[in-house]
Amino acid sequence: MSLEEICTQDGIILRLAPEHKLIIDLIEEGTRVLDLGCGEGDLLKALKDRKGVRAEGIDLSEECIQACVEKGLLNVHHGDLDEGLADYADQSVDYVILTNTIQVLHRPLFLIKEMARVGKKCIISFPNFGHWSIRFQLMFKGRMPKNSRLPYEWYDTPNIHLTTIADFYDFCRVANLRVLKVLPLRTAGDGQCKIVRFLPNFFADAAIFVVEATR
Amino acid sequence: MTQSNSVGPVETKYFTFAEPPNEMQLDCGRKLGPITLAYETYGELNADRSNAILVLHALSGSAHVAGPSQGDQDPPWWDIMVGPGKALDTDKYFVICSNVLGGCKGSTGPSSINPATGRPYALSFPVVTISDMVNAQKHLIDHLGIESLFCVIGGSMGGMQALQWCVSYPDMVKLAIPIATTSRLSAQAIAFDEVGRQAIMADPDWMGGEYYGKTVPRRGLAIARMIGHITYLSEESMHRKFGRALQDKAEYGYDFVTDFQVESYLRYKGDHFVKRFDANSYLYITKAMDYFDLTQPTGSLKDTFKVVKAKFLVISFSSDWLFPTHQSKEIVSACRYNNLDVIFTEIQTDHGHDAFLLESEQLTRLISNFLEHGWRRIH
Repeated sequence: MSLEEICTQDGIILRLAPEHKLIIDLIEEGTRVLDLGCGEGDLLKALKDRKGVRAEGIDLSEECIQACVEKGLLNVHHGDLDEGLADYADQSVDYVILTNTIQVLHRPLFLIKEMARVGKKCIISFPNFGHWSIRFQLMFKGRMPKNSRLPYEWYDTPNIHLTTIADFYDFCRVANLRVLKVLPLRTAGDGQCKIVRFLPNFFADAAIFVVEATR
Repeated sequence: MTQSNSVGPVETKYFTFAEPPNEMQLDCGRKLGPITLAYETYGELNADRSNAILVLHALSGSAHVAGPSQGDQDPPWWDIMVGPGKALDTDKYFVICSNVLGGCKGSTGPSSINPATGRPYALSFPVVTISDMVNAQKHLIDHLGIESLFCVIGGSMGGMQALQWCVSYPDMVKLAIPIATTSRLSAQAIAFDEVGRQAIMADPDWMGGEYYGKTVPRRGLAIARMIGHITYLSEESMHRKFGRALQDKAEYGYDFVTDFQVESYLRYKGDHFVKRFDANSYLYITKAMDYFDLTQPTGSLKDTFKVVKAKFLVISFSSDWLFPTHQSKEIVSACRYNNLDVIFTEIQTDHGHDAFLLESEQLTRLISNFLEHGWRRIH
């Protein structure tokens, strides 16, 4: 998947995925944002620079934390998302973000409930396993599907909990979440994302959900 | 390490305060004075006195952090971290380190002469705490004309002092880097400290602490140090360093002379330590660590941290079983609860607790980037 490179005022190169730009647009200025699986902090740094958010992140990789510190991020935590968000008080964060990560978690239901407990709103993006290319590969080739968002061999993939847009609606119901917004995405060849309006679970290769806890 | 990034020769200086009748009040209820602190400084204090970093040493450290040793001075204990172009860049920052109150490296401790009696304090020296150590350092920082520390940094007991600084003098600390440390000493760590103290006190030469001018309790102190050293390493690093290799022999001796390299190493470390450390200081400093508990008096670390203002970089080491990662995470939780900026990293290493003293690209990179961005934010 192609990443767009942008240069910040302090000369740092950020690599943003197409859906990152859509996520940035969803977030209001000056809010408190927690990015789960923040990687090298590109999204957090972009949010901090453009929206002046209080940017916090958690990642499992020591190298990623190093990269975040190098970018001047002040709130990054080296930890395992499967352990939850015990340090965070209820409704203490405006947005909890989980991009392209839910499919690698051991306990996605546990974490999504934690996210909804901590965050006033949650933004989750994931590759859509219902996309036509995935369906066709299994149906006509009889092989485990791969595409640009799911590039791994079945025996060597971190993705253990793949889902479709249709499944995710059910998942939100099970987790007592209200769906506020859904952006089904089609990633074009130039790396730009287009919103899919027609048969999204068939034509979108990824989706962004904005949800909140039902109270 | 090349000569070019050494701080060069450094003179140990001494600052005396709390002269009677203005003795310093201690946590134990007693007063102490006069107090002398041995300290060293590296680099230049800038015009607005905003570039001071206070480095805090661990149990056996001294004021001599970096630079060549002179005479019988200890080797510098953090030369890898302090110097021109290093993480604590002396071209940019003014680095200060003092020997702790209760120590034996030039600061007032049980081996110092009590001016009231003309003899060493020995066990008449009051029991001091980490907070007392920090209060003494505060006098030194005031004396140097510094109103605000850019950073406090230390590993192990040095990390405890760094945390104590943030709690005792919240308006004076901008950044804090507690490394391989804890907000309260665990039962396990207290237990090891107690075994060390018992080894010293069981040595007939200890004589209730009144051994100055006589035979020092070398066997007891050496055993204390051997126990300490085991806790500073990890099972994996010991295996890698020594395995079951024999020392200067091809076969077992079937006696109680040294067989294994690990025995030889521990004996060497113990014997070496005796030459440069005072047994009574070992008792006092380990006791100060045992009493360290920042969950008191408020009842929880989260409440204690309500007054704190510093930004934190908390670092633990994966194989440190003396101050394990979960103890660092308690500090992180307290920061987060109070909306303090906090970065936490567990560095993967098999070096155990000792990792904070060893050359590590990860440690250097984290600290230098954290300081650099902290510096840009302030200036």
